[in-house]
Amino acid sequence: LEQFEVTRIGPPLNLFGYDISFTNSALWMCIVAGSAAVLLTIGASSRRLVPTRMQSIAEMSYVFVADMIRSATGTEGLKFFPFVFTLFFFVLFANLYGMIPLGLFPPIRPFTVTSHIVVTFALAIFVFLMVIVVGVARHGLRFFAIFAPNVPIPMMIVLIPIEIVSFLSRPISLSVRLFANMLAGHTMLNVFGGFVIGLAAAGGAVSILSVAPLLAITAVSALEFLIAFLQAYVFAILTCIYLNDALHPPNH
Amino acid sequence: LIRLKEFIMDLMSAKMIGAGLASIALIGAGVGIGIIFGNYLAGALRNPGAAQGQFTNLLVGFALCEFTGLLGVVMAFIILFT
Repeated sequence: LEQFEVTRIGPPLNLFGYDISFTNSALWMCIVAGSAAVLLTIGASSRRLVPTRMQSIAEMSYVFVADMIRSATGTEGLKFFPFVFTLFFFVLFANLYGMIPLGLFPPIRPFTVTSHIVVTFALAIFVFLMVIVVGVARHGLRFFAIFAPNVPIPMMIVLIPIEIVSFLSRPISLSVRLFANMLAGHTMLNVFGGFVIGLAAAGGAVSILSVAPLLAITAVSALEFLIAFLQAYVFAILTCIYLNDALHPPNH
Repeated sequence: LIRLKEFIMDLMSAKMIGAGLASIALIGAGVGIGIIFGNYLAGALRNPGAAQGQFTNLLVGFALCEFTGLLGVVMAFIILFT
């Protein structure tokens, strides 16, 4: 599937034996981060009492993310608002840019940044390490009480290993969820697209049947837009919930 | 040489079958997501006032549930494309 291929743009660069040349993945990451920044800056710059369209988009997204953090972690979590907001918009824009249907023109073929586990795992491991650092810095060793649920001692022997494993699997589940959703969605669109071409090329009365997968691909595309938003939301809300563990570890 | 060719063909078909078996995991995810959304809807119709407050929990449950199915899909991709 050539839409997932990482290709080099510009000259090959090497640093200590690692290939660090500029790729289309890096280019699209720049586009995603840049356009999100520009859009929100334009929205935030007008500051009218009656908001313009761009301004109300910026305000609505601010309120949306702030409500999300407040509901998951309380007002204390609002210190992490810039982090969660950036994360949410990076993932959202990366997912949405991947939906641009320009795959037929290789020079400007959109690249879904989040369909690679390298990118999502880097984001997830950062969240994971930040939770540990914040938790230990704020509560010291009491942070590790999240491994010990409030149960009798014999149950603890069973539950503590389970809690530790579930804590350690958080970055994996966070990254694999996002990457697998994007990969599976785009692969599904690709397969349905193959059906349309195949049936249309069959010729005669059979090619009329190619309308069916075409309708299906339209519906699936709509679903993919929903999933693009939902996965960004889930990524951000799970970050908030993990942060809540760091800010308010259980008291016992 | 013919036996080697047969063996490779066997390996290829075994990979295909394995990838198919790995995607059985999606049955569980489908059932689970259905249960989550069905129960949310049932609860929301009984007590519409409390529904908005539980929307976050709904999505988190959905995400956790979906993950188990996606593990199977990733496994299928790994089997197919490596």
